[in-house]
Amino acid sequence: MSHQDFLRRLPEAGQGLRRRDRIQQRLHLDFTLVLLLLAVAVYGLVVLYSANGQSESGVQRQAIYFLIAFVAMFITAQVPPHLLRRLAPWMYCGGVVLLILVLVLGIGAMGAQRWLGIGGFRFQPSEVMKLATPIMISAYLGQRLLPPRLKHVLLTLVLVIVPALLIVQQPDLGTSLLVSSSGLMVLFFAGLSWRYIMAAVVIVLASVWPLWKFGMHDYQRQRVLTLLNPEQDSLGAGWNIIQSKTAIGSGGYSGKGWLQGTQSQLDFLPEGQTDFIIAVLGEEFGLMGVLFLLALYALIIIRGMLIALRAQDSFSRLLAASITFTFFVYVFVNAGMVSGMLPVVGVPLPLVSQGGTAIVTLMAGFGILMSISTERRRVTRQE
Amino acid sequence: MSEAQRFKDHHREARVFLTRVSIIAVVMAVLLALVVMRYYSLQVTHHQDYATRSDRNRVHIQPVPPTRGLIYDRNGELLADNRPSYTLSVIRERVDDMAATVSLLRELIDIPQSDLEKFYDQLQQWRRPFEAIPVRYRLTEDEIARLAVNEYRLEGVEVDAQLVRHYPKSDLFAHVLGYVGRISQADLAQFDEDQYQRYSGTHSIGKTGLERQYESLLLGDVGTQNVETNARGRVLRILDRSDPSPGEDLRLHLDSRVQATAVQALGDYRGAVVALDVKTGGVLAAVSMPSFDPNLFVTGISFRDYRGLNQSLDLPLYNRFLQGQYPPGSTIKPVVGLAGLHYDVVDREHTIRDPGWYRLPGDDRFYRDWKRSGHGPRVDLRQAVVESCDIYYYDLGHRMGVDSIHEFGVQFGLGSRTGVDIPSERGGIWPSREWKRNNRGLPWFPGDNLNLAIGQGYALTTPMQLAQVSATLASRGRRMRPQMVAQVGGRDMMPVEEAQMDVAEEDWDYVLSAMVGVMHGERGTARRAAYGADYQIAGKTGTAQVVAIPQGEEYDSEALQERQRDHALFIGFAPADNPEIAVAVIVENGESGSGVAAPVARKVFDAYLREIYPLAEPVVDEKGQSESGEGVIGDGEISE
Repeated sequence: MSHQDFLRRLPEAGQGLRRRDRIQQRLHLDFTLVLLLLAVAVYGLVVLYSANGQSESGVQRQAIYFLIAFVAMFITAQVPPHLLRRLAPWMYCGGVVLLILVLVLGIGAMGAQRWLGIGGFRFQPSEVMKLATPIMISAYLGQRLLPPRLKHVLLTLVLVIVPALLIVQQPDLGTSLLVSSSGLMVLFFAGLSWRYIMAAVVIVLASVWPLWKFGMHDYQRQRVLTLLNPEQDSLGAGWNIIQSKTAIGSGGYSGKGWLQGTQSQLDFLPEGQTDFIIAVLGEEFGLMGVLFLLALYALIIIRGMLIALRAQDSFSRLLAASITFTFFVYVFVNAGMVSGMLPVVGVPLPLVSQGGTAIVTLMAGFGILMSISTERRRVTRQE
Repeated sequence: MSEAQRFKDHHREARVFLTRVSIIAVVMAVLLALVVMRYYSLQVTHHQDYATRSDRNRVHIQPVPPTRGLIYDRNGELLADNRPSYTLSVIRERVDDMAATVSLLRELIDIPQSDLEKFYDQLQQWRRPFEAIPVRYRLTEDEIARLAVNEYRLEGVEVDAQLVRHYPKSDLFAHVLGYVGRISQADLAQFDEDQYQRYSGTHSIGKTGLERQYESLLLGDVGTQNVETNARGRVLRILDRSDPSPGEDLRLHLDSRVQATAVQALGDYRGAVVALDVKTGGVLAAVSMPSFDPNLFVTGISFRDYRGLNQSLDLPLYNRFLQGQYPPGSTIKPVVGLAGLHYDVVDREHTIRDPGWYRLPGDDRFYRDWKRSGHGPRVDLRQAVVESCDIYYYDLGHRMGVDSIHEFGVQFGLGSRTGVDIPSERGGIWPSREWKRNNRGLPWFPGDNLNLAIGQGYALTTPMQLAQVSATLASRGRRMRPQMVAQVGGRDMMPVEEAQMDVAEEDWDYVLSAMVGVMHGERGTARRAAYGADYQIAGKTGTAQVVAIPQGEEYDSEALQERQRDHALFIGFAPADNPEIAVAVIVENGESGSGVAAPVARKVFDAYLREIYPLAEPVVDEKGQSESGEGVIGDGEISE
C-alpha cells in the first residue's frame, strides 16, 4: 500500500528541470554520489596496489568487483522503494534460510563457516542480511504509526536477534554487530521513546560484566585486553596493533610516499590488504591522505543523510538513514580499531579493503539510496 | 478522521525524524573528530616515535643462549669448559649474491678449503630460517678488524662472539665426557614445544657420554633480549634483556691423575680400566684406549677426520669400559669360590687332586689347566684362588651347578647393567638354563658348568661390571651403583646402595684373604705386580680366550695373530684391610693377566692411594726387601 503524500508538488517531470537533473532522474542515479564513490574506489585501488605488494592481479580483481558492484548499484537504483518494501519479507526470510544453511553445510575458512557454495561460486549470506535486515525493519516500522509501540519494538528486536545470533554462530562477531546495529538504529530513527533507549542503555551496561565473564570466547576477551595494553603480548595478539600504529604513526603529515611504506612492503603489517589497509594508507600518504579519505567518506555520509531527510515516505527515510549510518559505522570501527582506539573486530574499510561480496553489498546499498533519492522527483506519478 | 490523523502523524514523524537525524549527525561528527584526533596523535604528535621505530629500526626478539655448565673432576680440575671464539657466519636469507660475498670474504681473511667445504655442505642442508651458518671459527683480532672495516660491503655477514665447548684434557676423558655436536634435524624432530624454545639460541647438544646424559642440566635456560636492528637486520643496540640461567656445573668422582696414570700404564695396548670408590660407588677412573680428541666434534668434525676414526681397526670411538663385553675368565673365581662356600658345596678343608686335566664322568673330553702339570695332589680353595687352579674349579662347577652359580653371580650385578650415569651401557651375559634355552635353543650341558666356573663359555662382562664385582668383594657384599657425577650445581648426588648380600663373615674372610694371597703370597699369580707396595692388595688375575683352542692343540702365542691372542684381565682392591679403591683392568690381546693387566692396576692403586695417604711411610726398605719377607722376584713361573 502506498501513501499518497504530497509534501511538495513538483512541476511536471521534465519541465523546469535542468538537463542534468533530467538524466539523473531518468537513470535513477545521483551523480554526486556516484562521483564520490568513484573517487573512493580509485583511491582504494591505488592503496590496494601498494598493500598487495604491488600485485597487479590483486588490483585487477578488485577492479572487476567494482565493475560488478557498480552494475549492481545501477540495478538496485532502478528498483522503486515501494517494490523494495513489498519484497522485504521475502528477502529477509530468504536470508535467514541461507544463514541456517551456512551453519549446516557451509564452507569454512579460518575456523569460520561463512560461505555457501553455489555452482562453484561462493558468497556470504551474512552480507545479504546486512541489507535485508534494515530493509525488513524499515518496512515493518515504516508502515506502522510512529513512534513504535512496545509490541513493535519487541518484534523488531526479534527480527534483529535472529540473524544476529545465526551470524555469531559462524562465528563472525563483527558482522553480527553490524547487522544488529543497522537494525536497531532504525528503531532510533523511527523515534523510539527515550525511555526505552535509557532502559536499553542500562541493560547493556549491566550485561557488560556477565558478558565478559561468560559470553565471550577467550580470544575475544584477549582482543580487548590487547587493546588496552598491546605491548604485553608484543609477539602474539598485540602484534597487529603495534605494527599498524607504527605504520600509521610513521607516516607523519604526508606519508613516506606511495609504495615506500617500510612496514607494509616488508611484510610487517598483517592483513595489510584487508582490515588493516588504512594503516598502509596512513604510512604512505600520511595524515593528509587519511584526512582526504575521511573527507570523502564524510561527504558520502552527508549526502546519504540529505537523501534520507528528503525522502518521501517513512520506509524510505528509515532505510536511507540506516544505510548511511551503517556506512559510518564501518568507517569509524575500522579506522578506530586499526589505530588502537577500539578492539580488533573484523570490519573492513568500506570500498577500500580487498574483498568481493562486501563491495557489491555496499554498492547495492548505495543503489537503494539513489533509488530513494530519485523517487522523490516522481511524486507526481502515483500508483 | 484517519486522514487527518495520518496527516498529522506524518508531520510529527518527519519532525521526529529530523531530530533524530540531527542527533545522529552530531554523534557522527563527534566520533569522526575523535578518529581524526587519534590519527593526528599518532601521525603528528607521536610521529617521531613511530617513525623511529619503523623507518630506520626494527625491534627483534633474540634468544640469548645460556652458558653450558662446566665439568670438573673431584679435585676441581676443569674437564669441560666454554671458550669464547669469534665466529664468522652468514645468514643465507640476507645475502643477495652468495658467490660474490664468499669471494670477498676470502680476499679479506684466510678461509681454509676444508672450512669452505664444510660451509657449502651446511648451506645445502636444512637449517632453521635466518639461522647463521658458520664459515670460520676462531677469528683473530686482525681478521675481525678487517671484516669490520668492510662491513658495508658484506650484507648478511656476521661476526659473533660465541661460547664454544672445549675439553682441556683432550682425549684423556673422551669416553666419559662424550662430546657436544651440532643440533641435527633428527635431534630437532625429537623436541617438544618447550625444548624447541630452550634450544633457540643454542647450536650444540650433547651427543654421547656425560654431555648427553646430563644434557638437560648442563644446558641451562635460554634468555631473551629485544634488540634494535636497522632495516638490514644488523643489531644496533639491546633494548632490554632477560638473562639466561647458566647450566649447572658437574663435579665428578673422577680423578685426573688416576685417569692419566691408567692411560699411561696401558701404554700402546688397547683396553679399558675402571676404578671405583669402594665406599660410595663413585667412578675414580674410566679409561678406554685408544681414545680420540672430542674437541674435533664440537664445531663439526671434518669428513676426513671422522672417517679416519670410524674406520680405524683399533676402534677409538668404541667405549670399551661400557660396551666392551669380554669373558671374565679367572677373575670370576673369587665369586664362584665364595658361592661354593656359601651354598655348602665345598668347605675349607675340601681338596682335590690336580693332575693338570679333568674329565667329566662318562665323557671323553679333557678339560685342561693352564699349568700342564697341574697344581698338586691336594689343592684346596685357597690355593685354587691363589694359583688360579682350573681343575679345582671344574670340579666345583660340576658340583654346584649353573643354578647356584647364576643366582649367586647375579647378586654381584653380573648379567645386568650397572646403571652408571652414562648412556649406552651394555649388560653382559651371566648365563642360566633359561638363558641358554632362549638364546641358543639348547638345554644346559654339564660341560657348560665347567666353563662357567672358570669364567669362560657364555659368560660376558663389561669392565664396568667387573669393577663393580671387585668393589662388591671389597665391601663384603655391599653392592653400590657406580656413579660418575658427585655433585650437580653444588648439590650432592647420594650414593646408591643396590643390595647388601647375606654371606657369612668367615666365608668373606677366607676368600678375601685368598685374594691377598694372589698378590702377596709365595705362589700368587700376581705377586710380581704387588712387589714393593706399601699397602696390601687383594686381587685376581684372569685370561679370556678370544679363539677357542681345539682339542689336543697347544696354545702357541707366536703363531696366533696379535688380535687373536687372549685378553689379559685383572680385578682387585686396596688396601686389603680397609678398601678404598677397586679396579678392573682389561688389556686386549695382552695374554697375561698377571704380567700385563695386574701391573696396570698396581700403578692405579699407587696413584690413588698416594694421593689420599700422602704421608704414609713406605713399608719397603732400601734393599728392596719388604717387611713381610716376601721374595723379591718370583721363581720363574710368572704368567698364569
